[in-house]
Amino acid sequence: MSNFPVDKIRSDFPILAQQVYKRPLIYFDNAASTQKPRQVIDAIRHYYEYDNCNIHRGVHYLSVKATEAYEEVRRDVREFVNAKSTREIIFTKGATESLNLVACSFGRRYVQPGDEVITTIMEHHSNFVPWQQMCFERGAKFRVAGINAAGELDVDGLKAQVNEKTRLIALTHVSNVLGTINPIREIIAFAHAHNVPVLIDGAQGVSHLPVDVQELDCDFYCFSGHKMYAPMGIGVLYGKEALLEELPPYQMGGEMIKDVFVDHTTFNELPFKFEAGTPNVEGVMGLGAAIRYLKNIGMENIAAYEADLLKYATVKMSEIEGIRMIGTAKHKASLVSFLLGKIHPYDAGTIIDKLGIAVRTGHHCAMPLIELLQIPGTVRASFAFYNTEAEIDQLVAAILRVKKMFE
Amino acid sequence: MLISEIEEQIVSEFSAFDDWLDKYDMIVEMGKSLPLIDPQYKTDQFIISGCQSKVWLHAALKDGKVHFTADSDAIITKGIVSLLLRVLSEQSPDDIISASLGFVDRIGLKEHLSPTRSNGLTSMIKQMKLYALVFKTKMNQKN
Repeated sequence: MSNFPVDKIRSDFPILAQQVYKRPLIYFDNAASTQKPRQVIDAIRHYYEYDNCNIHRGVHYLSVKATEAYEEVRRDVREFVNAKSTREIIFTKGATESLNLVACSFGRRYVQPGDEVITTIMEHHSNFVPWQQMCFERGAKFRVAGINAAGELDVDGLKAQVNEKTRLIALTHVSNVLGTINPIREIIAFAHAHNVPVLIDGAQGVSHLPVDVQELDCDFYCFSGHKMYAPMGIGVLYGKEALLEELPPYQMGGEMIKDVFVDHTTFNELPFKFEAGTPNVEGVMGLGAAIRYLKNIGMENIAAYEADLLKYATVKMSEIEGIRMIGTAKHKASLVSFLLGKIHPYDAGTIIDKLGIAVRTGHHCAMPLIELLQIPGTVRASFAFYNTEAEIDQLVAAILRVKKMFE
Repeated sequence: MLISEIEEQIVSEFSAFDDWLDKYDMIVEMGKSLPLIDPQYKTDQFIISGCQSKVWLHAALKDGKVHFTADSDAIITKGIVSLLLRVLSEQSPDDIISASLGFVDRIGLKEHLSPTRSNGLTSMIKQMKLYALVFKTKMNQKN
């Protein structure tokens, strides 16, 4: 941990230098959205100052330049997740759009009445509701795998739900409430043995762990830029080329067509078939800068530093009397969800905020999970590689203050 | 007492606090001492659901005044609920409808009434005014 250049890294994030309520800001809401380094902010500014133009098919200087920069980032993303080809990298608005795209297009292509789709109880609403609604519309069965007391996926239960009617398994890489890292490699291998494709919601995965989609052999992997130090409004859908080729387009418009006639339309090739309309070029520029930033630090180093932070937080917080950790899986990403005795998360969160610490409270867009756990929500502190042990000490002190106030 | 007089009273009580923690301590105490809602009204029919905390609200008309009782699952929300009840309960429907509730801002708790806070309080005020409107309509029909 001592070798990790956290001070240098913190100086790259201008927002972290500010005070809130006359206290230094401690930002522990990284699972909702991470802060952006100067390099990402500069990349967006640079784009508008030097390269701004609508991309693709322009013959003039700026259009060629902007298009080249845009496609360069697609190559960076391909390398970042180790996809086979840039044709497998689709730019979207975020993980939510990536998931809706697959639910809609895959559903139309492959899901018939009586078919089944499996997801899990720990999913974020964005990897739950699109499948639930698609299944309703198509007369398919929506199946949900459960968890054990530690908040780990019931892998055997999920496997037992796979049958000849199963068309897809959609599950998260990392739970945004519990922190659980799911054994996705094992599930993907099992599913493929039964000819079932697997979609991974990687919104909480890519910012914490090295991801290699070829090694995982997942069929789809979705993530958001804003949870990995890039801007909001940009995300990625990775899909295996053969599968993406088979799916019908999601949205219609410019860019995604090849030829348009009055009586029919032919569609563009991958990845453009799924990128209708003028894309979020500034977002892509920011995403490119974020990936370069992460590569520079190294995802392995990030994972190791964040694992140390999690370990420190878990030890320190477990010492607090009456704390209940929600999610105690063996393999966890760097977030802690907790409850303090009978204190409502809203009360705890309000006071922790006043002490300058940004945590998130509530159901974290995972109402089926909160309902299952029969709790009013949780308080969640989620860590990034710019957080420190000293900040975790401050959180512990804030929690003790909360307990004093409400107990 | 008039709504505006009660508001002034609350503002003066809160002006004694320099430290925000003391202010919240008082809200917590008020939350703890809020008379509980009759359990028969603590049901989904009377719930005002926020994303973060829940509020239950019941209203009855007695002698031309609206009698509110309420509860919340979060203490801070409950404390602010108790302030709203202190101001708006036992008032006439007309006075409730026209109340501006400026005291919330003046005692530095406006953030809790932001719709984005989703603690049920914004919807609760709306619901209190709706009750008042319904009672007013009923009273006019009788006259």
